[in-house]
Amino acid sequence: MTATTHRAPADTEAATVEIHDVHKWYGTHRVLDGVDLTVRPGEVTVILGPSGSGKSTLLRVVNHLERPEIGHVSINGELIGVRRQGERLKELSERAILTQRSRIGFVFQNFNLFPHLTVLDNVAAAPVATGKLGKPEAVELARELLGRVGLADRTGAYPRQLSGGQQQRVAIARALALRPGVILFDEPTSALDPELVGEVLAVIKDLATSRTTLLIVTHEIGFAREIADRVVFIDGGRIIEQGPPSEVLDKPRHERTRDFLSKVL
Amino acid sequence: MSEPPGATVTLPEARAAAEPPKAVTAQRVLPLRRPGRWIATAVVLVLAAQFVHGLVSNPFYQWDRFGYWFLRPAILDGLLITLEVTVYSAVLGLAGGILLALARLSGSPVLRAVSWLYVWAFRSVPLIVVLIFLYNFSALYKTLSVGVPFGPAFFSFDESKLATDMVIAVVGLSLHEAAYAAEVVRGGILSVDQGQHEAASALGLPKGYQFRKVVFPQALRSIVPNYVNQLIGLIKGTSLVFYVSLLDLFGAAQTMGSTYPGDIVPLLLVVTVWYLVLTSVVSVVQFYVERHYARGATRSLPPTPLQKLRAGLAGLRVRIRQEAAV
Repeated sequence: MTATTHRAPADTEAATVEIHDVHKWYGTHRVLDGVDLTVRPGEVTVILGPSGSGKSTLLRVVNHLERPEIGHVSINGELIGVRRQGERLKELSERAILTQRSRIGFVFQNFNLFPHLTVLDNVAAAPVATGKLGKPEAVELARELLGRVGLADRTGAYPRQLSGGQQQRVAIARALALRPGVILFDEPTSALDPELVGEVLAVIKDLATSRTTLLIVTHEIGFAREIADRVVFIDGGRIIEQGPPSEVLDKPRHERTRDFLSKVL
Repeated sequence: MSEPPGATVTLPEARAAAEPPKAVTAQRVLPLRRPGRWIATAVVLVLAAQFVHGLVSNPFYQWDRFGYWFLRPAILDGLLITLEVTVYSAVLGLAGGILLALARLSGSPVLRAVSWLYVWAFRSVPLIVVLIFLYNFSALYKTLSVGVPFGPAFFSFDESKLATDMVIAVVGLSLHEAAYAAEVVRGGILSVDQGQHEAASALGLPKGYQFRKVVFPQALRSIVPNYVNQLIGLIKGTSLVFYVSLLDLFGAAQTMGSTYPGDIVPLLLVVTVWYLVLTSVVSVVQFYVERHYARGATRSLPPTPLQKLRAGLAGLRVRIRQEAAV
């Protein structure tokens, strides 16, 4: 893996993410039960928790792929997906939400690359479609980003011709192409063969050293220890405990955290 | 693992017995003979030859009259009408089908219900009934007007002037076609992975772009084969426009047949061959369109017939060389 370690482009301003008292339920099932979390600019936050604990839902609330029933998320002080109307919060128009999402990177567990587009077009499409860049500039940026994730020689390939690890690296480049202030990773290595996990983690580690705010849901405890500024443990839709990895991972105060760590370590 | 154990065991023995030993011939595997397959092939060939012989030698088919009629202007005019009606109805039908499919998949229960009712109605009523109903439509509504709903009209059309036979045929076929196309398109859109919708909206791609550039091109992979099926049905369905007094290919032959009753069989053969030509053209186009939309869906594209022929010839050459070497 030869990911060059130059910094994120200058026009990317690392974002502050504030999650305020977020509740989300499906029918009677409470998925999120009052989550409060503030992520400082450039901070790398790893979210851990057993499956079904609500960690993926929390991530999807941040870019409004899921609408919270109560509470709100703001990025750099701007409410996401809603606006204030007197005492209430009203959901924004679809177009306004899409504009907000184009400033938030999202990396999926299953990559979700566009299979009918080449690697280069996958990365260059969004900046053009959202009107941020002209076609030539977008292509140039895409080449640069693909170089950064170590795939400069695969620009003409289609996603299905790549390994899982390569696909996920393209997906990261695709998210970076919108120059987001924050990138959300939803279990980015869970769908990968064990020997391919390292190459994706190396790219994320490279991002962690640049000044981009990262929120990462993962099961890679070793990786969390290595790159996280803060580890957040979630269970039953609530934050059970949080703090630097040296505390949460090595000296967990809570019974449920200890129980979880003993199972995954 | 890949080598049968017997080969490694017998090789030294074979070498000891035969001299001088030839490694290649000793290991040569003769493929299984399949006499049943040869017999079946021979039977089918005989039957096919008999059928062709019957077609050629039976005077009932009057192949000289077929040659006479095949390129007659009356027939070619009919062919042109068939093509025109097909093209207009296919385009309008597909456009209507896309709209109906989007309505069916929308969040509005009213749109969903209207789309469902439309498909239900037009799939239930035979095409010929729709056509004849439209033919008499001007008796039901004398004028058509554009204006405020239930309010004043801006323009009015005299329907007897607007509704030519061609318009009736195209409208009827399009209405019918749209109902089927809607289901084909809906199926195609549903076949696109949910993750694609999520990725497109997570990237903040505008809604129209999401549909045109992400979802629809992927849906086309399943839409094309189904819609071509539909299109071939439509080509043949156009023969019904004869009943709203439009002289298409079938209509032209039918009219000529009533003037020259002795030529009915060759005229039907003319029609048959032209329909075969049309559907063959559509099938060829289908192959290349499907190949185009297969990009990225498979690791490598299926070969074109020309590529297959070349590969086949190359393979044959290699085999002949190998046989000669042995």
